Amino acid sequence: MTITIPSRGTTSVQSESRVTSVRSVSRVLRRIPATILAVFLGAIVIVPMLWMVLSSFKTQGEFLSGHFWELPQSWNLDNYVEAWTRGRIAEYFTNTAVTVLPALFVGLLIGAAAGFALQVLVWKGRSAVLLIFLAGIMVPVQMTLLPLFTIYFQTGLTGTLWPLFLTYTADILPLTVFLLATYFRAIPREIFEAATMDGASLIRSFFSIGLPMIRNALFTVGLVQFFFLWNDLLLALTFVNSSDLRTLQVGLLNFAGEYGSLQYGPLFAAICLNVGVMFFVYLLLNQQIQKGLVAGSVKG
Amino acid sequence: MNPLIGDRKTLLILVGPALLVYTAFTLIPIVWSFGYIFTDGNAITGFTFTGIDNFVELFRDAKVRDALFFSLKYGVVMTIGQVTLGFLLSLAYVFLLRRSSSFVRTLVFFPVVLPTVAVALLFQQLFAIAPADGLVNSFVHLLGGDSIDWLGNSTSAFLVLLTMDLWRSMGFYGVLLYAGILDIPEEIIESARIDGSGGLRLVRHIVLPLSMPVLLSALVLSINGTLKVFDSVIALTNGGPGNTTTPLTVYMFQTSFQYGDYGYGSALAFLLTLICLAATIFIVRANRPDMKKVR
Repeated sequence: MTITIPSRGTTSVQSESRVTSVRSVSRVLRRIPATILAVFLGAIVIVPMLWMVLSSFKTQGEFLSGHFWELPQSWNLDNYVEAWTRGRIAEYFTNTAVTVLPALFVGLLIGAAAGFALQVLVWKGRSAVLLIFLAGIMVPVQMTLLPLFTIYFQTGLTGTLWPLFLTYTADILPLTVFLLATYFRAIPREIFEAATMDGASLIRSFFSIGLPMIRNALFTVGLVQFFFLWNDLLLALTFVNSSDLRTLQVGLLNFAGEYGSLQYGPLFAAICLNVGVMFFVYLLLNQQIQKGLVAGSVKG
Repeated sequence: MNPLIGDRKTLLILVGPALLVYTAFTLIPIVWSFGYIFTDGNAITGFTFTGIDNFVELFRDAKVRDALFFSLKYGVVMTIGQVTLGFLLSLAYVFLLRRSSSFVRTLVFFPVVLPTVAVALLFQQLFAIAPADGLVNSFVHLLGGDSIDWLGNSTSAFLVLLTMDLWRSMGFYGVLLYAGILDIPEEIIESARIDGSGGLRLVRHIVLPLSMPVLLSALVLSINGTLKVFDSVIALTNGGPGNTTTPLTVYMFQTSFQYGDYGYGSALAFLLTLICLAATIFIVRANRPDMKKVR
């Protein structure tokens, strides 16, 4: 099922005859429930966020004794500096980036290659292999946790970020292969046939023609998987046992307890930093993100 | 002649890496995990064969019953909540907010991309009571009530969890079902309007049946996601108070990594897998006649 979200609404309800003044008044009246609803929906998203940002600038005293609607007395970044350095958010951030981004890159590359071979090339057993990848979408990740933990423990990888990188790469493969194979199906096979006739090897064909032609799809699938990996807690919690290797999410989870649950300013600053990253990504790409997440989930 | 016949070496280069990684880190572990069910012990102490003891234990363990009950309760309530709220939102986007809905959609979708841990910590503070009232209790105060210990009581903790997860996910289901409604041919809606059915009747007789395929996707997605709930519970309540908000996933995690019982943990993971599969099959089966009628 393909889902597209047109940029404009498609209902044309008011296309009746000529608009009299009585009608325009009634139209204004009819817009009132819509306005109230829009304001209400906006408020339930914005108010908690606003409270979070305001709290991140408050001192401990202000938070404990002040009223929630009061603005912080000064807008300095002390809480942020505290969270970033002593709260180790900087380290956690780096740990997440150096596992998630390479896993994303490798997963997309080998996933695209497999999708290409499964959809464009003709060979025995390809439907069986596609089916095997599909099975991976159905089974909860909990089924793989314990054996993986044993493997990493016995090979001595525990204590490094390798377990996370490897698990993340494997985890995004089923959906990546499946979605990218679907996109390869949309490309006319004649293009690849012509390239082969001209003497390009299949590998060359994949890199110079296949990959560039699914650039947009790679980007969309990459975004979906980025959110999935960046926000992961279960795998990070399972495979990370040293405080130096914590990812952003595990670090934040421990932040409240370890750093002193009652240090409100730094806690809110840490939450803000985590939310802020997503906010900027979302601000830049919200159309693609909405499309990608919806299409990715439904196909999965 | 078809020139796109892959030779063995090319295939190995293209499919090999993905298949290797996937087999080593997903397929083999799944089979391996099944093997664990018949053992006792863990990676550090070693394993001993115990036969079907872990299966027997599944039926006797009262904690499994509680966790299973909580998972199902959460799954059913959240699925109904997510799909209903999402459908109402999508109707509002199409029929009430119309062309101006783009901004509202963007805003309401934003929590979907946020890390669950960040949202959960924020909600912990929103619903906090001591040492400082959170936003919610401040409002309760303002209205003249006494502060409520939201997360200290199992019923209200469940409510906070539901509120938080609905807040996080409603934008997603709103956009998903919105896309479904946009796929309905405009002429059908127009002609229904001309025939005099507007408002609720239009929704009941035209929009709802024609959205069935995408509603079904939403249901399957939702029940599968909610039965696997982990992050929100761990970060918001950590299963408490007591173990009243402990789903199967959290109990499996505790059994495996806090008590180091891999065999029993694997049995719990297996139970979870069965339930997810059963729920999906049940929903797809139950809806099949409807889908035929629509198509």
